[in-house]
Amino acid sequence: MNVLMILLLLLIISCAVCVAFTKNLFVAAVVFMTQSLLLSLVWILLESPDLGITEAAVGAGIDSLLLFVALKKIHAIHREHGSRSKEADL
Amino acid sequence: MSKFTDRVRRILHADDWLDRDMTAEWEEAPADVPAPPAPEQKAEEQAERPDWWISVPFRGRRLRRLMVVLSVLLCAGIIAILVITAQYLPSFGHAENPANNEVSRRYIEQGMEETGAVNIVAGMILDYRAFDTLGESNVLFTAVCAVMLLLRVSEDKRRSAAHQLELETDDRMYEPKGDLILRYIARLLVPCILMLGMYIILNGHLSPGGGFSGGAVMGAGLILMLNAYGFRRMERFFTIRLFRAVTVCALSFYALSKAYSFFTGANHLHSIITPGTPGMIFSAGLIPYLNISVGLVVCCTIYSFYTLFRKGDL
Amino acid sequence: MTLFGIDFTNYVELAAMVLFGIGLVLLLVDKNLIKKNIAFAMTDSALYLFLAAKGYIFGRRAPIVENGVTSAEAYINPIPAGLVLTGIVVSVACSAVMLALTVRLYRRYHSLDIDEIIALSQKEREQDGTGGNV
Repeated sequence: MNVLMILLLLLIISCAVCVAFTKNLFVAAVVFMTQSLLLSLVWILLESPDLGITEAAVGAGIDSLLLFVALKKIHAIHREHGSRSKEADL
Repeated sequence: MSKFTDRVRRILHADDWLDRDMTAEWEEAPADVPAPPAPEQKAEEQAERPDWWISVPFRGRRLRRLMVVLSVLLCAGIIAILVITAQYLPSFGHAENPANNEVSRRYIEQGMEETGAVNIVAGMILDYRAFDTLGESNVLFTAVCAVMLLLRVSEDKRRSAAHQLELETDDRMYEPKGDLILRYIARLLVPCILMLGMYIILNGHLSPGGGFSGGAVMGAGLILMLNAYGFRRMERFFTIRLFRAVTVCALSFYALSKAYSFFTGANHLHSIITPGTPGMIFSAGLIPYLNISVGLVVCCTIYSFYTLFRKGDL
Repeated sequence: MTLFGIDFTNYVELAAMVLFGIGLVLLLVDKNLIKKNIAFAMTDSALYLFLAAKGYIFGRRAPIVENGVTSAEAYINPIPAGLVLTGIVVSVACSAVMLALTVRLYRRYHSLDIDEIIALSQKEREQDGTGGNV
């Protein structure tokens, strides 16, 4: 359990670092979803199954889904972050 | 000293440093430091400014980099302090930690006989600490109201609006029109998902789960059905009236069943419904009904978040 | 377990603090609004990890009564789990409201860069002469 927990925590931190350094917003949303999934496994290892189910349903499901829908709404799925949109984008 | 305080004051007015020309202020100021430029001078300076990022001089960009470095250093300092403090915390996982005191002992030992719930956490958040869950359901309801205020576009405005507004708000042109695989899979999966959600909600006091997770699973099932069958079919049964009726009734039921103690003081806290035998589905007093109301609120909330973002209406 | 002078017995709390720090840095430094939202949710997750790690006890099971055993020596501390359960749902509600605000800001200024939005709104406010926006 110790080794698995340490491995999961290292993966979570590396997911966080990946979100920090990527420029593509779609990649950031997907990696954030992965981080929620790994966190759900950590809750199970910490013997709280309530939190595991809730984090899997809400964090990895709804939170990331809202990110994708918002990205689609602002037409940012394929665009680099921070740039000003051109008129043709609309 | 006054020169220094003046420079600090100008840096701290961070909302207009992007627009002003900073070069004049970083040069050597005379002994009596002038006050900030007169209003008419500022106005005519800014009237000729072409575009915001062209007007930021080189020193302004260096200031931005300086701020980035400072914030990274600040956060590194915070992490260092926290990491040093972590070594003085009680050891992880030991039974004699101060966090495992008589409160948790009481909840575990007498939780099942006082509340009737086999799942101690569910019994705790819906019986001993029911006000927290009421507040949290209210937070969800308020969030939906806020998102509705921001994103909702009324029907007639959507039809008669300019082409640009229509393209931006009405997302119907992006919905998959009769995708065959999605329809077949949704026909198989959506009943299973809804049943799983209902099972998790109803068994909240007997096994892990409860109102929140069950409501989230049901909401996700409704979202899948929306994506497979389109907006028109969902509008037939899930309208704003249904949403209003369900959430208001569920929240009112929760509030009324627990808020009478505001008026009776600390009396009559035991519920009229007896706990029953632990392990049966209709035991644990009010907890199954509270779970159902919380689950309904969460399901409607999650579904309405999705449709408000996609369609601009419920 | 002591490496580089840091004691690693509370490794879960340490990981939570590092995650919190990464979220805070991203929130302050990055200019993009969507990244700020993600960093906010990441900071929340770090806090929940810290809280839930406070309730774990070695060798004990999840707080669901099995076989009628209700002694307090058989289960972990259930209180932090209750706190975190509320927190997870509140975090998603905050995230939804922030994303709705981001969508509205994008529709108005056609940019996701916070510096640009501030500068444009400043310019608008001065050109209008009034308090500004719609």
